[in-house]
Amino acid sequence: MNYEQLIHETALADERLIVMTAENRALIRNLPGPLGQRFIDTGITEQTMIGAAAGLALRGRVPVVHALATFLTLRAFEFIRTDVGIANLPVKISSFVPGFLSDGNGPTHQAIEDISLMRGIPGMTVFAAADEQDMLAMLPAIWASPSPAYVRVNTRPATYQHAPFEIGKAEIVSEGYDVTILTYGMLFEQALIAKDLLTEAGYSVGLVNLRSLKPLDSAAVLNVVKTGGLVVTLEDHFQTGGLYSIVAELLLENELTAKVLPLALKEKWYKPGRLSEVLEYEGFTGQHIARRIGEKLGDKANAFNERTEVIENQFAE
Amino acid sequence: MTSEKQNELKELALRVREHIVRLSTDGGCFTGASLSCADLLVYLYADFLNVRPDNLQDPERDYLFLSKGHDVPALYGVFAELGFIPKERLDNHLKTSDSIYWHPNRNVPGVEFHSGSLGHLPSVAMGVALDARLRGQDQKVIVITGDGELNEGTCWEAVLVASAHKLNNLTFVVDRNHFQANIATEELIPLEPLAPKFEAFGAEVRRIDGHDFVALEEAFQALPFSDTKPSVIICDTVRGKGLPSIERRADRWFCNFSSDEVVELLKELHSQEATTLTSETLTVR
Repeated sequence: MNYEQLIHETALADERLIVMTAENRALIRNLPGPLGQRFIDTGITEQTMIGAAAGLALRGRVPVVHALATFLTLRAFEFIRTDVGIANLPVKISSFVPGFLSDGNGPTHQAIEDISLMRGIPGMTVFAAADEQDMLAMLPAIWASPSPAYVRVNTRPATYQHAPFEIGKAEIVSEGYDVTILTYGMLFEQALIAKDLLTEAGYSVGLVNLRSLKPLDSAAVLNVVKTGGLVVTLEDHFQTGGLYSIVAELLLENELTAKVLPLALKEKWYKPGRLSEVLEYEGFTGQHIARRIGEKLGDKANAFNERTEVIENQFAE
Repeated sequence: MTSEKQNELKELALRVREHIVRLSTDGGCFTGASLSCADLLVYLYADFLNVRPDNLQDPERDYLFLSKGHDVPALYGVFAELGFIPKERLDNHLKTSDSIYWHPNRNVPGVEFHSGSLGHLPSVAMGVALDARLRGQDQKVIVITGDGELNEGTCWEAVLVASAHKLNNLTFVVDRNHFQANIATEELIPLEPLAPKFEAFGAEVRRIDGHDFVALEEAFQALPFSDTKPSVIICDTVRGKGLPSIERRADRWFCNFSSDEVVELLKELHSQEATTLTSETLTVR
């Protein structure tokens, strides 16, 4: 099962589902034939596609829209906010190559403020998949929900067997008292590596795949905070407005404080290149993440830099 | 159209204009823009569209989207006169206890979608037209834009895409009152020649006098103009139509008159004698 098969199967079972794209067919290239007029390509017009999706949703349809994450969330932001958001329509946004996944494209294509923008829209729900298996576990519930939804699409192969998904619930991979990594999206894969490295080094390490950023699994995050260990917010997103901000807001609301290490992009676009090189250059490989956390925990030994594993770029789109 | 029918529509339009004038005080509203499309909305709701207070849930009703939301006082007036809303609701203008404000919203029965930000409803209307075609329904989907609104690229994007999808059930109507906000269109961003622009984008176009009920009927009854193209009707109108003291004035887009001036303007509406106005126009966007 892949994304295209899932959406095809869902569309055959539910006539409300309409597949739309602003000429971004990478994930749905075989669907124009089978879906006929329920496959609508508006051309390179993100704003018009979102407006038309709102019109279709007004008539009871559930449009699943496809385009690159940056163009959807930035070019079409006002259409999402004003046409989908104000009317609270069940338009489902499949956001292609978000965060580091735009690898070699450069800053024009770097959707690293998307979570911040989308979660600011009243009623909008926000999700990020750790990998393809995680995404396929998540999408049926997201598409079946009556809410508008933004999904960071991720088709990288899984390196972890994910639990069933529930909107508003995080996936607790492990619990630990020294440090807990909170993350979402494609960096989960690197977080798993970092967790193993830190565990080997003798730390007790928690790892949480948030999956549902809005609604947030507040209880899961508060449980992590209450362990008293270091909390790491790991994300391929600007430090402002994403997970670090989400956690800060939650702590303030609950009159709590915690030792938090943000691993995010601070006031910068990332250096474009092959994904493996981007992660290496920006310090987001499993090894770098483990090293940065180790430094924060007081580990001055260079234990994490001796590994030479290279994460291959499997994202050839 | 019979002369009786014309007289009936003219009478209705006069009452709608009275509502617009009454809404132009105590906070004010977009008076000039509302007066220019009053006749168009009166014709559409009273004589053309299959939309009535009792069929607003019927999926096969016709749809009208007011993309130039600033002229919603004209729509409020039509809705109050035709029984979509009680006339008393217009007394709630700008009160937080109701939802009668400067732009359309769906708390007002008959409003299909909210607007206010220009250039949005051409694409929203297109979504409805796409769905109507998917369901094999033959209702009409009409979206009214301003002429100043055509500065927004998304209006043209929607025509381009609607043409590509051969949406002949979708009609773009332009309230061509020759002004945008506080300046004449041809002084700021000239639109002429306008009809050839739409034709070049793949639409079938007619241009008419938007205050002439006979011309309105001829054009709308001829829809769709093509089996394979969206239709465009450019309605040449006069900003402030019906009130000579504010007609064709760049500074009479948004008006907030004193209560005395409202009384004088209501007389002017009936007598066609110009009122002396001293209220300054607010510039609000």
